[in-house]
Amino acid sequence: MTNFGWVWWNWNLIGDLRVMLQYEFVRNAFEAGTVIAILAGLVSYLVVLRRSSFAAHALGHVGFSGAAGAVLFGVAPIYGLLLFTTVSGGSIALLGQKAAHRDVEIGTVLAFMLGLGLLFLAFYNGFATEAYSILFGEIVGISNAQVLFTFETAVPVLLVLGIVYRQLLFASLDEEVAEAKGMHTLVLGVIFMLALAVVISVAVTIIGVLLIFALAVTPAAIAIRLAKRPLYAVLISVAVALLATYAGIFIAFYEVEPTSFFIVTIVFAIYVVVRGGGALKDRRVRRSASPPELAATADSGPG
Amino acid sequence: MYSEIARARGLEVSYGGRVVWSDANFDIQRGEFVAVIGPNGAGKTTLFRLLLGLLRPNGGSLNVFGAPPRRGNPKIGYVPQSHVVDKDTNVEAVQLVRLGYAGNRWIPNLTPGRFRAEREATEEALRSVGATDLAKKSLGAMSGGELQRIFLAEALTGRPEILLLDEPLASLDLRRARELVDVVSDLVRTRDVATLLVAHDINPLIRRLDKVIYIANGRVATGLPEEVLTTDSLTALYGVPVEVLRDSRGNLVIVGGEDSHKDPQEAA
Repeated sequence: MTNFGWVWWNWNLIGDLRVMLQYEFVRNAFEAGTVIAILAGLVSYLVVLRRSSFAAHALGHVGFSGAAGAVLFGVAPIYGLLLFTTVSGGSIALLGQKAAHRDVEIGTVLAFMLGLGLLFLAFYNGFATEAYSILFGEIVGISNAQVLFTFETAVPVLLVLGIVYRQLLFASLDEEVAEAKGMHTLVLGVIFMLALAVVISVAVTIIGVLLIFALAVTPAAIAIRLAKRPLYAVLISVAVALLATYAGIFIAFYEVEPTSFFIVTIVFAIYVVVRGGGALKDRRVRRSASPPELAATADSGPG
Repeated sequence: MYSEIARARGLEVSYGGRVVWSDANFDIQRGEFVAVIGPNGAGKTTLFRLLLGLLRPNGGSLNVFGAPPRRGNPKIGYVPQSHVVDKDTNVEAVQLVRLGYAGNRWIPNLTPGRFRAEREATEEALRSVGATDLAKKSLGAMSGGELQRIFLAEALTGRPEILLLDEPLASLDLRRARELVDVVSDLVRTRDVATLLVAHDINPLIRRLDKVIYIANGRVATGLPEEVLTTDSLTALYGVPVEVLRDSRGNLVIVGGEDSHKDPQEAA
């Protein structure tokens, strides 16, 4: 292990990559990781704008019972994940039209779903390792078939999001005006939650149910502090998710600790730096500038 | 010389099985500045929802541009009361104004012509509310008055013939309320856009108004400010003694009546 560690410290990244990519499991990890990071970075911006981070978190947990159920019935966990997350995501969107009501409704569905997961767990013997990988992710164990499946789910999700992104952005920023303009905000909400459900289901294979926040929410929480234009924010969000995923896989190749740990840690570190930098900047602005309220009206007051 | 924008005859509306108000009659002409006044929960927002086609009347008739209201009419610009903009909404203002122009379209603008049209409409709208220098500012960092101007610009991008502004003065102090009223009043004159503005307090508006729609106690009174805002007319409207007092600078104080309104259901 330490030997590998020394290879990394040479900083010969290209050489290291060449060595790593000789292994199929590493190639699979990078391929699936790329797709998932792009999807997660993209939806996470909308998650943050719509203040749906609790929903994103909850869908991961609901996915756990889906995956547990699938294993119990001898099906691949991803199908259980997809079924449970899309059904509950769709229901959340249909139930809670007003943002303020969502937490209670989601929490209610969540408790019931976790109960189901517990039941499945009780029925199934020798479940521990499966449960562990669903809870915390296992990107290095991804098969060729899983990579292909990830691509196949990503294409329609990207297509749908590309078509509705502008409307979703509008409905997320200004729901009442969007509704008055004749847009179907409820339908848009359902489409968004279904897309989120699919993204979370495939992301669980990488990062696991419990750590999903780090890919489905935090990248955009970082991006929204760095960019005021939605396009740039989405690009930064995707870049953060990609960077963390790549670096996580890379480091985990040389270290014994699990990949998810590194991904989550990198995302967290970036978040701390960005928030810390923002707080410093705010303090400096506050100290040097006159009260913003007065400055604004002095410049732009109508005659 | 005026053409008719909206007309109500014997209009009645109910919400959740309860009649909010009934027997409303009013006409709104092109380029009129109309204040919609009344206590909380009287049904001022309900009137907007009717005009927007989000709610159907219970009885009577309502025509907008000579036809029953329909949802998504591009000739109506709307600024709702409860915009959710918190400190974390770090999105530059111009993006929201742009979405007001074409946010209801599928797929982003890809052709240069459309892109230019959108940019020009956005710039023009920002200029007309005196908010050009706010374009790059983050929504989350704006004061109440700045936000209201951005929402106004957002509503103007579609070149509406009616503007519906729900409580735009609510979070502003008197000076900024007057500034915003000046901006709105200029828009009414220069664009000939009929504007309905919901407010609690008539005073920041009173010198600019063409007409008042006063909603209280399940009834609606309409007319010139000096006709409606009188002791006799408001006493008749509320059904209890109400007195309208005038100070030396022409400000109005309405005494009584406030506690005789119905359930607070304004947000609905």
